Amino acid sequence: MSKIHGEDSYATPDVSRLKAGEVNLGTSIMAVAFPGGVVIGADSRTTTGSYIANRVTDKLTYLHERIYCCRSGSAADTQAIADVAHSQLGLFAMQHGERPTVNVAGTMLESICYSNKDQLSAGIIVAGWDKENGGTVYNIPLGGGLFQAPWAIGGSGSTYIYGYCDATFREDFTKEETIDFVRNSLALAMSRDGSSGGTIRLAIIEEGGVERIFVPGDKLPQFWEKA
Amino acid sequence: MSSIGTGYDLSASTYSPDGRIFQVEYANKAVDNAGTAIGLKVKDGVVLAVEKLVQSKLLVPGSNKRIATVDLHAGVATAGYLADGRHVANRARDEAENYRENYNKRIPTKMLSERLSLYFQAYTLYSSVRPFALSAIVAGWDSHPDPSKAAEGTPQLYCIEPSGVYWGYRGCAVGKGRTLAKTEIEKLKLEELTAEEALIEAARIIHTVHDEAKDKDFELELSWISPASGFKHAAVPKAIAEEAERKAKEIIDAANEMEE
Repeated sequence: MSKIHGEDSYATPDVSRLKAGEVNLGTSIMAVAFPGGVVIGADSRTTTGSYIANRVTDKLTYLHERIYCCRSGSAADTQAIADVAHSQLGLFAMQHGERPTVNVAGTMLESICYSNKDQLSAGIIVAGWDKENGGTVYNIPLGGGLFQAPWAIGGSGSTYIYGYCDATFREDFTKEETIDFVRNSLALAMSRDGSSGGTIRLAIIEEGGVERIFVPGDKLPQFWEKA
Repeated sequence: MSSIGTGYDLSASTYSPDGRIFQVEYANKAVDNAGTAIGLKVKDGVVLAVEKLVQSKLLVPGSNKRIATVDLHAGVATAGYLADGRHVANRARDEAENYRENYNKRIPTKMLSERLSLYFQAYTLYSSVRPFALSAIVAGWDSHPDPSKAAEGTPQLYCIEPSGVYWGYRGCAVGKGRTLAKTEIEKLKLEELTAEEALIEAARIIHTVHDEAKDKDFELELSWISPASGFKHAAVPKAIAEEAERKAKEIIDAANEMEE
């Protein structure tokens, strides 16, 4: 990808920029806010080409006590970014004597993703709970922009479920309805996207703590094609 | 506790045998000779007041301000060298801006004070620079970023000395009239005062500590963070400031009468 000086060039989001042999989180990730917290979820497949390098990956990464991120894109890039944010957020808590808000985490991640946009291939969803705003979700797609929304989906599998999510989501979902929404959406994405699959990992982040749920491959929700 | 530190007082990087750095102590003396500055943290805001000594009748009234707004929610009043005060106010503005860029939120007043204190302290380490001849009183209002929730905040008041040490205060005073000012401040029930009431008290205290014999002319500079200012740091509007000063003078005159 050479940029000729003076010619009208722009940064093209280029997923094929993964280097030879680099491991890819072709993925389905999702986060949904509900009154009192957020539910985040991801599939568990990591691929190098068509080889599944890890079929039980944990793409839900701890950043701070009530803040997690969902990683999609280059595994190496997103791990490095998450490490930096984890460190910065820990330092913030020490200096301020209180937890950082999800907004602060989003700002830190956006800063890294935007200023290194040419070198990185990372689509990250940050989500968590804080006292100021309750459950909060931010999406940081490839260009490094920061977008807050009641719910966000990402990764290669997300393209297949925009319609389902738009039609199903309600602002007044209960915690249980939100969990079902995330589980069903991810199952649908995993069933259509070759780069997504395996198991579903969920995490529910609330004021009181973080609860993790694991859905094994043989217990995935099934739809019209159920055996 | 005055003493000269002959031989050990030429640079900030030299300790005296009894463990003192005289350059920092001399910087404090410069502050002690400057016009008084006070801060009052009250129920619904913070008030800053400065006894701005006027050197010449030719100066435009209202010039050479000693209180600066550092961010929407914070201000700093300085006592000591005026030029150092301007420099430190600019640094405080940079720190507040830098914090906003990194964290997308307003700098908590305590963090701002800490950054200034680290800055002051850095200038006490080297022989190639001098400590700031300055004490800075930082006033702030920490609240939720949502403007509709501005009223649900907490008032903040800190004071940073030339050595870099800083403390949180409910009321504080620096400069030549500080001893008398502190006595007056201690008499107040700060938690029960409103910002409007504190304005009058602040004006009264500055007028009380001003030494008519030694320094003829002075201007009273007032700033506040209050419900009336939308919980933003601002110079007190001229009409309100003049009214507060007038009421303060009335109280002083009444007290003087009673003494006779």
